[in-house]
Amino acid sequence: MTQDFRLAKGGRIDREKPLRFLFDGHAYDGFAGDTLASALLANGIHLVARSFKYHRPRGIYGLGVEEPNALVETGIGAAIEPNARATTVELSDGLIANSQNRWPSLRFDLGAVADLASPLLSAGFYYKTFMGPGNAWKLYEWMIRRAAGVGRAPEQPDPDRYEHSFAHCDVLVVGAGPAGLAAALAAGRAGARVMLVDEQVEPGGQLLNTAYTINGRPATDWVADATAELDRMDEVRRLQRTLALGVYDHGYVACVERAVPVPEGRTRWRERMWHVRAKEIVVASGAIERPLIHDGNDRPGTMLASAARAYANRYGVAVGKRAVVFANNDDAYRTALDLADSGIEVAGILDLRHDLTGAMPALAREKGLRVLAGHAVVGTRGRTRLKAVEAAPVDDPSNRQIIECDLLAVSGGWNPALHLYAHAGGKASYDAALAAFVPGSSPERMTVAGSAAGEFALAHCLSGGARAGVEAAKRAGFSATQPALVLEAPEPNADTRVGPLSAPNRGGKRFIDLHNDVTEKDLRLAAQEGYRSVEHAKRYTTMGMGPDQGKTGNILGLNVLSDALGQAVPQVGTTTFRPPYHPVSFGALAGREVHDLFLPTRKTPMDSWHEENGALFEPVGQWRRAKAYPKPGESLHAAAEREVKAARESVGLFDASTLGKIDVRGPGAAQFLDRIYCNTFSTLKPGNARYGLMLGEDGMVKDDGVTARLGPDHFHLTTTTGGAASVYVWLEDWLQTEWLDLEVYLTSVTEQWAVATLSGPKARQVLGPLTDVDLSTAAFPFMAFREGRVANIPARIFRVSFSGDLSYEINVPARHGLALWQALMESGRPHGITPYGTEALHILRAEKGYIVVGHETDGTITPHDLGYGGMVSTKKDFLGRRSLGRAGMTGPDRKHLVGLLSKDPARVLPMGAQILERPTEARPAPMIGHVSSSYMSPTMKRGIAMALIKNGRERLGQTVYLPLLDGPTVAAEIVSPVFYDPENARRDG
Amino acid sequence: MLLIPCPYCGERTESEFRYGGEAHFRRPENHLEATDEAWADYLFMRKNPKGWHRERWMHIAGCKRWFYVVRHTVTHRISSVYKVGDPLPDLPS
Ligand SMILES: [Zn+2]
Repeated sequence: MTQDFRLAKGGRIDREKPLRFLFDGHAYDGFAGDTLASALLANGIHLVARSFKYHRPRGIYGLGVEEPNALVETGIGAAIEPNARATTVELSDGLIANSQNRWPSLRFDLGAVADLASPLLSAGFYYKTFMGPGNAWKLYEWMIRRAAGVGRAPEQPDPDRYEHSFAHCDVLVVGAGPAGLAAALAAGRAGARVMLVDEQVEPGGQLLNTAYTINGRPATDWVADATAELDRMDEVRRLQRTLALGVYDHGYVACVERAVPVPEGRTRWRERMWHVRAKEIVVASGAIERPLIHDGNDRPGTMLASAARAYANRYGVAVGKRAVVFANNDDAYRTALDLADSGIEVAGILDLRHDLTGAMPALAREKGLRVLAGHAVVGTRGRTRLKAVEAAPVDDPSNRQIIECDLLAVSGGWNPALHLYAHAGGKASYDAALAAFVPGSSPERMTVAGSAAGEFALAHCLSGGARAGVEAAKRAGFSATQPALVLEAPEPNADTRVGPLSAPNRGGKRFIDLHNDVTEKDLRLAAQEGYRSVEHAKRYTTMGMGPDQGKTGNILGLNVLSDALGQAVPQVGTTTFRPPYHPVSFGALAGREVHDLFLPTRKTPMDSWHEENGALFEPVGQWRRAKAYPKPGESLHAAAEREVKAARESVGLFDASTLGKIDVRGPGAAQFLDRIYCNTFSTLKPGNARYGLMLGEDGMVKDDGVTARLGPDHFHLTTTTGGAASVYVWLEDWLQTEWLDLEVYLTSVTEQWAVATLSGPKARQVLGPLTDVDLSTAAFPFMAFREGRVANIPARIFRVSFSGDLSYEINVPARHGLALWQALMESGRPHGITPYGTEALHILRAEKGYIVVGHETDGTITPHDLGYGGMVSTKKDFLGRRSLGRAGMTGPDRKHLVGLLSKDPARVLPMGAQILERPTEARPAPMIGHVSSSYMSPTMKRGIAMALIKNGRERLGQTVYLPLLDGPTVAAEIVSPVFYDPENARRDG
Repeated sequence: MLLIPCPYCGERTESEFRYGGEAHFRRPENHLEATDEAWADYLFMRKNPKGWHRERWMHIAGCKRWFYVVRHTVTHRISSVYKVGDPLPDLPS
């Protein structure tokens, strides 16, 4: 394929490196250095998309992230990326791209009937229809979902890798145009650690797009010199293809870097998110040109003037053979001159201003270009490609002349890119001469420089940038002097004022927001219907709510609203800029934190044994715990039943390493625990352990666990697995901020100890041969603690039980956990020792009526509710005590923990099931409680449940009813929650 | 993401800390005798100012110390940090 619109020379593309790509199935050629947009334009392709709502034909309109039209799909299969801007996609060999939102084809799109129906689809269509009668919305929604839209999401998982990096710097410079380069040089020379991020493939910004001179040489020479100097500085890091997405608190800036595309194959990572913490930020993000409002302003072949000149200067592409420039400002003449210099015929310059006294119009006339002052485009011709414009005097719009052309280059002036400034809390002010918002006072840590600051002249960009770099370095602690940046950048057009933003209206479509198909008429309708705030008008019309966030259209829209409401633009206001500056992929945000790396997985020292022995794991917080050890072909249920039986009849082994453990030391330790727990610990003798309940200050059960006294001033405190971190923080809070009278030291030792629990009547026979500790009941009674050796490993043994049977909780230093486990399994083999998981653990404890915090408690349950009122000390103060005396903490309305037995022993009541007093109740049925834990009990050979029921302990023996979801209403009897061994006859084995 | 100057460790990023809410609300003296109103006030009522706020933070991924921060709830500016027992710095005007 030929590149008919490629200029014979010029541009920064590498003509030695041709690349072939596919667009909508057709093969085209481009060069290395092209974007997809510039390569398409080189092949004469303007039409690349159908619009969002009306399916109107749309062409490439801009140059970069501001592009509202040219959204395409790149890649195939899992690598599909929808809604890529053709203007930011780097061309690579074999690139596959397709247009979106059209059927059956781009040139002939049936969805375009929406354009004919456009009177029905005016502003507020959704709201009005939604308010309409009956089921109208259902029908319309079905239609809209199919007709409107952008790209389609890939259906397969993203195969690419995304990285996150963290960086710190003294000065972050955003943008490597003239101002950014000058700032980075100045700060770098002062010795600051500088990061320079720039979204483009190469540095230079506008200097790449426009034929400027600096110090008498092409500006691109200066860019090369400046870049080379920066790259020689050790403390400067320069990132191209890196877009600053948002500025957050305290100098935190999120950036995303694109990988250099490689032909075929995938890059090591596709995008990399940079989390930058900067002492100072220089925003040199440049400015974005805006168009003008005129009839037929969306015809393919219409383009921002700056984009047309960039395609010529930077990419060597003639966007058209014959151009009309339509403008309200002097800068657009540069476009006309550059186009003419490139050999493109310029059929005329239509300037909305009457009085053209500046240097640029004079220069254009001098070069023989036809300049029509006080003229406007009042219509365009052509369907999928511009063929001609209708030009007319502003004061006599019906006096039309037809100018044939295939390119309409439009310029309505420039908008400083103030997004990052606004993210940081900057308040912009409206400059009527520029018809643009410019930065006001600087937020902390931030300086705006160059055209982002409304300083459009190149000389000002360079000097302002250098000044900003020096100031930033100084504030970051470096003693910088003015650098020797003597840069001469003469320009004839110092005048940056603009004329009107709108051509006379002759009744055609006048788009404000090209992406969202919002017209001037829509905005005027919104104003007429009472949407006087720009924030409301924006949402009503969807102006500025597309993926481009109104980068080109918002100022035009504001001016329309200002006119319709009879208010000045500053009174109409501007909408809030929120991050991200440009859409960012979910992949980049997620980084490596996907799949197995989504959360850290905490493994116990015995984890490898569990894995090798077929454990079924479950996540508990960040831990992975063995839920059961099913044999081949065995269900979870059957495995748990077998494990429970072993732990009841012979011996089981459980990995309890995940329990939270806190080492408590100091002369105030006993008193501290008395204040923390609702029961007393100061009376506990060294060598003994006690179950403790912690309450919040609101009197509700917060956590529970066994705490042992190792010595007079030394305790080993355990928490629930899930509560370990929050209990630790809470204990430190009281010690550090309230109880300064206590000398106590807390150390979290959860991961320092591995814990294996031997449980069952044979536990003593298994442990005995391995230890020097006397295990007789007399020497080592229930709730005692002993230190000794187990399998020649120093160990702490606690005689506690969470099953009701004889049980030893053996703690060893974590590195010996696996050895301990293996020794216990070996010693237990003659006794049929069976490892059991959390499922069996829960059944065992429920049979015995032991609570689990989070099952039997939910932040509204007191010790009394649980039937643990006897534990609560009346002799001492403790956290939560005052609250226990509040109204409503006692009495018949409190829910009590009870047992629940279904009348049908085979039925396992669902956890969470609601409980009624009568089998049928009028709605809303009064619910008196719910099931908190429920299992099939292998020991009791029937379903058992624990429940919290209003005044439950006074209802023992009564029948209640559980209406099951999609099932029958089931009757159950309220009983004691202790099903197994209520006499505690089994705990000594 | 705030940058919090821990008075023990220096500047660290927010994810290393735990937030503890309003600082210096007083547990009633002789709290067991406190009225229900005073106790409920202590338990449940917290300031929610638009502006400067004294608040509690803990450096959980560092020194594990609780300390105080004066932060502006709109701009997130941190004007000072101080340790338990330090005299209270003035709020910026
Ligand atoms: Zn610290």
